[in-house]
Amino acid sequence: MILPQFLILAAALFSLGVYGLLVRRNAVMVLLAVELMLAAVNINLVAFEAALRTSQAVGQVFAIFVITVAAAEVGIGLAIVLMIFRNRQSANVDEFDLMKW
Amino acid sequence: MWYLTAEEEAHAAEALSSGGFFAEWAGVMLVLPFVAFLLIVFFGKRMRRHGAEFAIGALAVNLVWSSVLFFQNAVEGIHREVSWVVGEIGVFGGDRLVFELGWVVDGLSIMMFWLVSFVGLLVFVYAVGYMHGDVRVTAFFAAFSLFAGAMLVLVGAPNLVQLIIGWEGVGLASYLLIGHYWEDLDNVRAANKAFLVNKVADVGLILGAVVLGFTLGTFRFSELSVAAFDHSPELAGVAVAAGLLLFFGAMGKSAQFPLHIWLPDAMAGPTPVSALMHAATMVTAGVYLMGRAFPLFEYLASDTRGLMVAIGAITLFAAGLLALVQDDIKKVLAYSTVSQLGYMMTAVAAGGYTAGLFHLFTHAFFKALLFLGAGAVIHAVHSNNMSDMGGLRHYMPRTHWTFVVGSLSLAGIFPLAGFWSKDEILATLGYEGYTTVMWIGIAGAFVTAFYMARAVALTFWGSYKGHGHPHEAPAVMTVPLIGLAIPSIFAGFLNVPGVELGPIRNFTAWLGARVVPMGDHHAESVDWALAAVGLAAALTGLVLGWLVFSPDADTQRARDRFRIPVLYPLLEAKYFLDHIAWAIVNATKGPLARLVDWTNSYVIDGVVNAAGFLSAALARFVYGGLDQRGIDLAYNGLSQMADAAGMAARRLQTGRVQQYAAGFVVGALVLVLMIAVFR
Amino acid sequence: MSFSDWISQPVNWVFLGLALAVLAAGFRVVTSQNVVHAALFLVATLAGVAGLFVLLSAEFVAWVLVLVYIGAVVVLFLFGIMITRAPTGQDVGLDNRRARPVAAVVSLGLFGVLSWTSVRAFQDTAVAGVGERTPTDILGEALLGRFVFPFEVVGFVLLAALIGGITLARRDLTPKEEEERGAV
Repeated sequence: MILPQFLILAAALFSLGVYGLLVRRNAVMVLLAVELMLAAVNINLVAFEAALRTSQAVGQVFAIFVITVAAAEVGIGLAIVLMIFRNRQSANVDEFDLMKW
Repeated sequence: MWYLTAEEEAHAAEALSSGGFFAEWAGVMLVLPFVAFLLIVFFGKRMRRHGAEFAIGALAVNLVWSSVLFFQNAVEGIHREVSWVVGEIGVFGGDRLVFELGWVVDGLSIMMFWLVSFVGLLVFVYAVGYMHGDVRVTAFFAAFSLFAGAMLVLVGAPNLVQLIIGWEGVGLASYLLIGHYWEDLDNVRAANKAFLVNKVADVGLILGAVVLGFTLGTFRFSELSVAAFDHSPELAGVAVAAGLLLFFGAMGKSAQFPLHIWLPDAMAGPTPVSALMHAATMVTAGVYLMGRAFPLFEYLASDTRGLMVAIGAITLFAAGLLALVQDDIKKVLAYSTVSQLGYMMTAVAAGGYTAGLFHLFTHAFFKALLFLGAGAVIHAVHSNNMSDMGGLRHYMPRTHWTFVVGSLSLAGIFPLAGFWSKDEILATLGYEGYTTVMWIGIAGAFVTAFYMARAVALTFWGSYKGHGHPHEAPAVMTVPLIGLAIPSIFAGFLNVPGVELGPIRNFTAWLGARVVPMGDHHAESVDWALAAVGLAAALTGLVLGWLVFSPDADTQRARDRFRIPVLYPLLEAKYFLDHIAWAIVNATKGPLARLVDWTNSYVIDGVVNAAGFLSAALARFVYGGLDQRGIDLAYNGLSQMADAAGMAARRLQTGRVQQYAAGFVVGALVLVLMIAVFR
Repeated sequence: MSFSDWISQPVNWVFLGLALAVLAAGFRVVTSQNVVHAALFLVATLAGVAGLFVLLSAEFVAWVLVLVYIGAVVVLFLFGIMITRAPTGQDVGLDNRRARPVAAVVSLGLFGVLSWTSVRAFQDTAVAGVGERTPTDILGEALLGRFVFPFEVVGFVLLAALIGGITLARRDLTPKEEEERGAV
């Protein structure tokens, strides 16, 4: 196995995530797409670890950190979506355009 | 830690001490207000005085610290410079340009440390009373601490970069404080105006710093001074340009014509802010910068003097006239500050380093005093307008007397502080050959006395025209007034030409403790003839102002007094002579009164009114024609251009998060491609 | 390394299978018009990624992924979908149709740049295979030794997220409700 095969896979998964991030209207779906991107990043971290074989498995440690932070992100993200939904009766991101002139 | 090299130390004026512990760790003073700021932000709301304790505590420590330095410097002269390198960049030609933070402790900075701490402490104490019950006391004291701290960073800066950091910090804090009552749109506009006008001038300062830094390879003032003192050829090449750029920067903060327009509007903030801003911080920054860079102007850039003196002279006279037509007491004082800054700038620009900074020193006391007094009045009357005041000397005796002391000192009446410092400026102008400007300064002294007489007459004399019952301010506000009145009376004796006060010498010697000799002229003795002319101008102004404005304030009451003490007791006591008395009185009082009245209204009033109307008309033209239509128009045009550009650019802000995300990804891609292609 | 060399290693067949599964499921996550299906496809994607982690000798991370993600996060998503009453059936309005071409171009460009740079940068660098799995005690020592500070920080972040989530999602009572509750 060689490193680029994992990197290309991760790139493809990340690009899929970006696509979802850009096209999805529903905020929950946007968060799903973000999860895809985070998974792609984790593949990269673990693959680099497997290529470099650091003595303390740094790549895997950081993959674990990413997973943990992602869990926190989902919790907060969904709470925010819930809040917005309650106030606006909609979870469509393209309707939240208050951050403008 | 980074000290001057031995060579540069040797260069420093002969026998300057390094000052010991207090100079070595003077940076504590720069940090304390920021510590107070953080404490106020985090714990202020829980404190009994809403965080004022921290602000006052920090400045009290600073006052003790700087007082020790002050006396050390008075006795032996101190120069100490401490810098840490915090970053460096490469410049063209392969040199490295280092950025440093630290502090410089010498005559000039010690004077400013002490002044900021002293005036700041008194104003903070006063503000505890003034801001009592305000909506945002904690936010106010937090911004106030930031203000004092930024000013200390500015005056303690050993290099131009740190000076700019403090300079912008002062601008930020003043923005917060001027806009303290942001519920009112006018105050927000005033804060924006102050910030933007200052920004225009800051461009000059930053360009000047860049020019000097790239020429010398350092931003340090000490090396700039040494290079100027040695007439370094590479510095000489850019001296005039750099000098003008620095002066342009100073014009903004120190409100020189035509960049003074922000200052009267800045009265929108609470009065303690105005007091501190006009006395020890903010507006003095420009004069301080000129003093700090004085060797550049003295030894290399003397070609810039004519322009700088002209601007200073225009400022001092035009602003003085503007003060004549204001009804808002704070605006009278604001234009007065502009006028006095004109004096300082003129003096420093003409080569009077000591004279200009001495006026800064004395002016800080009496202008802070006047503003705090005006604040006490406003606090009592709930109006800024003098037409709502009058007769307050009965209700607020302590405020009245301290205000009169401040006014006399500002007017330059012998032997108060303002007399000595103003006289020194006039003497310097005369010595340096700016005779015309000297006469403008004397005329300015007349105008100053005239408007201060008007302010005192309309505010404290005559009869009360407002609503409610005014009352004397609480002790927490009157004590600072008295604390400022004392130096307003006596500070002038610190620098009587040719007089040394024993071991502590005099102000000239204190300020002379710099890395190189300042080279400005010091008179051997007082020029009594010039002093007399200046004093005469001031006295004439006072008397004329009094004659014009004190009857106007109280016509009704004056007539009553006239009838009761003279006419009525006469009839009452001499009852058996009533017919004779009536006859005599009736026979004489009409014609006599008419004669007196005629003389009064046509001869005396004619002269007085003519003088008054002439000044008022001139002032109205300057204010309405030049200031409001001409200069403001240019600024409005600039802001409209910025507004239009903003309107065009805001279409990009759609508020759609996903469009931003797409832009972000595309931008990252472009960056990667650029790196790949151009690498 | 030529493609025939590469494909002749059996482990790469496993990789190929997993990768195709991950990509197919991932594609469905971002294109499915049914929100529940999208969340379930995310499960499939993450399961495939966990398989890849095993392939890369990172068994512990793989199990963490399965437990935390598939076990907890996806459940959270399903809750979110249900509570926000997102349409659960076929729904053509789930995508912003006008954004599709732009998004496709952007993500394809991103994929091109990323894969091009990684191939150029790493060429034939070999990675450790299944047999050389990382012992979990190394990970444990690293987490509680060298990385103990980030570990604690992450713990704090989780706590903050917990409190923040509760604060945000709690429904404030209307004044009337508050009154009623106070009366009881």
